[in-house]
Amino acid sequence: MRVVAAMSGGVDSAVAAARAKEAGHDVTGVHLALSRNPASYRSGARGCCTIEDSNDARRAADVIGIPFYVWDLSDRFHEDVVEDFMSEYAEGRTPNPCLRCNEKIKFAAVLDRALALGFDAVATGHYATLREDADGLVELHRAVDGGKDQSYVLGVLDQDQLRHSLFPLGDTPKPLVREEAARRGLLVADKPDSHDICFVADGDNAGWLREKLGDRAPNQSGPIVDESGDVLGEHQGTYAYTIGQRKGLRLGKPAPDGKPRFVLDIEPVSATVTVGPREHLAVDGLSGIRPRWAGRAPEGMLEGTVQLRAHGDEHRARVSVVSTGSTTDAEVEIELLDPAYGIAPGQAAVIYDGTRVVGSVTISATRRVVHA
Amino acid sequence: MNPRTVYLDHAATTPMAPAAIEAMTAELALVGNASSLHASGRRARRVLEESRERIAAALGSRPGEVVFTSGGTEADNLALKGAFWARRAQDPARTRILSTTVEHHAVLDPLHWLANTEGADIELVGCDATGRLDLAAMKAAIERDPASVAVISVMWANNEVGTLQPVSEIAAIAAEHGIPVHTDAVQAVGAVPVDFATSGVDALSLTGHKLGGPVGAGALVVRRELELTALVHGGGQERDVRSGTHATAAIVGFAAAVELAVKEQEAYAIRVGELRDRLVEQVLATVPDTHLNGPPLGHDRLPNNAQIAFPGCEGDSLLMLLDAAGVECSTGAACSAGVPQASHVLLAMGQTDEQARSSLRFSLGHTTTPEDVDRLVAAIGPAVERGRAAGLQR
Repeated sequence: MRVVAAMSGGVDSAVAAARAKEAGHDVTGVHLALSRNPASYRSGARGCCTIEDSNDARRAADVIGIPFYVWDLSDRFHEDVVEDFMSEYAEGRTPNPCLRCNEKIKFAAVLDRALALGFDAVATGHYATLREDADGLVELHRAVDGGKDQSYVLGVLDQDQLRHSLFPLGDTPKPLVREEAARRGLLVADKPDSHDICFVADGDNAGWLREKLGDRAPNQSGPIVDESGDVLGEHQGTYAYTIGQRKGLRLGKPAPDGKPRFVLDIEPVSATVTVGPREHLAVDGLSGIRPRWAGRAPEGMLEGTVQLRAHGDEHRARVSVVSTGSTTDAEVEIELLDPAYGIAPGQAAVIYDGTRVVGSVTISATRRVVHA
Repeated sequence: MNPRTVYLDHAATTPMAPAAIEAMTAELALVGNASSLHASGRRARRVLEESRERIAAALGSRPGEVVFTSGGTEADNLALKGAFWARRAQDPARTRILSTTVEHHAVLDPLHWLANTEGADIELVGCDATGRLDLAAMKAAIERDPASVAVISVMWANNEVGTLQPVSEIAAIAAEHGIPVHTDAVQAVGAVPVDFATSGVDALSLTGHKLGGPVGAGALVVRRELELTALVHGGGQERDVRSGTHATAAIVGFAAAVELAVKEQEAYAIRVGELRDRLVEQVLATVPDTHLNGPPLGHDRLPNNAQIAFPGCEGDSLLMLLDAAGVECSTGAACSAGVPQASHVLLAMGQTDEQARSSLRFSLGHTTTPEDVDRLVAAIGPAVERGRAAGLQR
C-alpha cells in the first residue's frame, strides 16, 4: 500500500512509520503543521506544533529512509479544533480536542487529501489495534499495553476511516517502542511524551482561554455558590472551570463539614459556578449526542463498558440508542452500573464491548445520583 | 528503479560546473591564508586576487570593487545595512530606503529589520501583474524628497517569476540626485547580460551556487565611492567592510564558475530559453486551465524560469507527486518549519492567496536536456489530476 505516516516528531509516530515501511508499504512521512504561528501557541518541544518537532520528524524520516513533507493544516485545525475548544468552554462544557483532531484533521482532512493524492492509508503512532471480523468489517480494539491504550481518542473514527488506518504500535508495550526506536537509531528514542493539549502553553487552560476568548467570553466574573445558593466566592469567568474541579476555587470560608468542595455545575448565562461535596458529583446516567459508530450501530440494549476520559476508568454500562434517524441527531442513553465522578457535558463517552470499540458519543447531559 | 532524477530547480541551486569543481578541489589540497606574509600565504593571496580579477573582468567592474562574502544574503545585508548606516551617519535626514514588493527575503528581511530597530522608513514600490515594478511610482517616490533617501534596492531579475526589472532606468533617475542604487543580481548573472559599469548601479550582489559555483562564496560588487559600514568586524580582510579569513578554495571555484557562466551566457540563454519555451508550451497544452506567471515568453524575463499556475490544486501537493515521479521543482518560499507559504511575489502581483498557492516554479540550467522536459510533460498531467482531486486546503 501507499501510506502516509503522520509524524508528530515524537517517538511513537516515528516507530510507527518505520514499522509501516518494514511491513513493505511505500511510506511517505508527513508532519502536520497545525499552528498558524508556531511560537504563538507554545514554545519548547512539548507539543505538536513547534518547529523543533517538525525537525525531529524530518530527521526521523531521514533515518527511516522515507520522503518527508510538511502539510499545512493550520487553518482547518484552527476552525475545527481550536475554535470548537473555545466555544465549548465558553458554553460551560469540557471538550476533548484530541478526539476532535482525530475526527476532523488526522483521519479526515489528512486522510481525504492522502486518498485523493493516490495513497491508500494513514499510519499513526496511536496505541490501538485493528482486526477484521468475519464479515470483513474492520474492528478497533484496545492496545495490548493497557496503560498506554489510546483507543479512547480514536473512538470517533467510523468504518470508512478505520478501513484506511494503520496503527502499527498496538501490539507493543511503550518501553519496547522506545527500545526499538533506539535500536533503529532514531534520535527521538528518549524524547519525553507529550501530555498537555498541544496548542495550550504550559497546560494552563484557564490562562489560555482568558487570552484567546477575550470579548467572546460569556462572562468575566460571577459568584461561586453552594447548592443552597449561598455565595462562597467569586470567579473570573465560568469558562475557566471544569465540572469535578477542586483546585483553584479560592473559596473564602471552608465547608461546614470541613470536606473539600468540587465544581458541580457551570452556568455561563447567569455566570454562576456551583460547588459541593464530592458525593454530589456522582453520576449514574448519561445522555449522548453525535454518535460515531466504528462499525454497525448497536441494536437494542448493549451491555458493555464506557470510558469517559483519556486513560480513565472503564465503567460497566447499559447503552441504548433511543432515537436513530440521521447520525447527527441520534441520541444515546447510557446507564452506568457503577457511578462516575467529575463527568462534564462535552466530554466523549467511548463505548466498548470487551476490548472492541463500538463507538462514541458526545455527552450532552448527566444524571446525578439522587441523594436522600 | 527510477531513471535519472529530473532536476528543474536551478533557481534554488545549480550543479557545480566541472571547471569550478576542478579549480576548487585543486585549491583544497593546498595550505595558505591569503593574509599571511610567507610563501604559502602569498600563493593563496595570488589565487584570491586572480579570482577577484577574473570576476571583475566578467562583470565589467574593477577588481577593487569586488568584495567577497559568504553569498548573496550576506552581500544584500552588507549593501543595505552598510549603505544605510554610512549614508545616515553623513546626513541624519537620510532615513528612507526605497525598494520593491517583489524582492527576495534576503532584501526584504534586512529592510524590515532596519525599519523596526534602526528607524528606517521603508517604501516598497508595487508592481504590475507580470511582476515588473511601477517605474513611475519609483520615480515619484525618489523625487518626492530625494535628500531623504539613503539607498535604493531593486532586484535585477525576480527569483520566482523571472521578471527583469528596469534597473538601469532607476539608476539613471537616482544618479540625478546622488542616491546610491543596489541590485540583487543573484538570479541574473550568467542568465542575462550583466555589466556593472554600464548598468549605473553602485552595488550588485551575486553568489556562486546559482551559476555553477560552490555554496559559500559570493560577492558584493560595490563602487569605491560608496561608503559602507561594516557588518562583520575582525581582520578587515575585504576592504575593511568584511572580515574573516578568505575561503580561497570556494572563491577560486566561484571565479571559475562566474567566468564560464558569463562567457557562455548568450549561447546558454538561447539553448535553455528554447527548452523553457517548449516546457511551457507543452505543459500548458497538456494540462487544461493553466497559465504562465510573470511576463509572457520572450519578454523581459529570465531564459530559464517557468512558473506555472495550476488553479484548483495545492502547489505543494503537486511538488510531492512530481518528486515521487523523480521530477524536482519548487513552490514559493517555505518557512523554517517547512510549511509552504503563499508567495509574497505572487500576492504582490495581485493574485489571491489561493492562486498564489497553486503555482510551481520550474527553473532550468546548464544540465537540462530535452528529455528532462519530456519527463516533466509526461508526469505533470496525472499529477495535476490528482492534485485537483485533493483540491485546495482551507
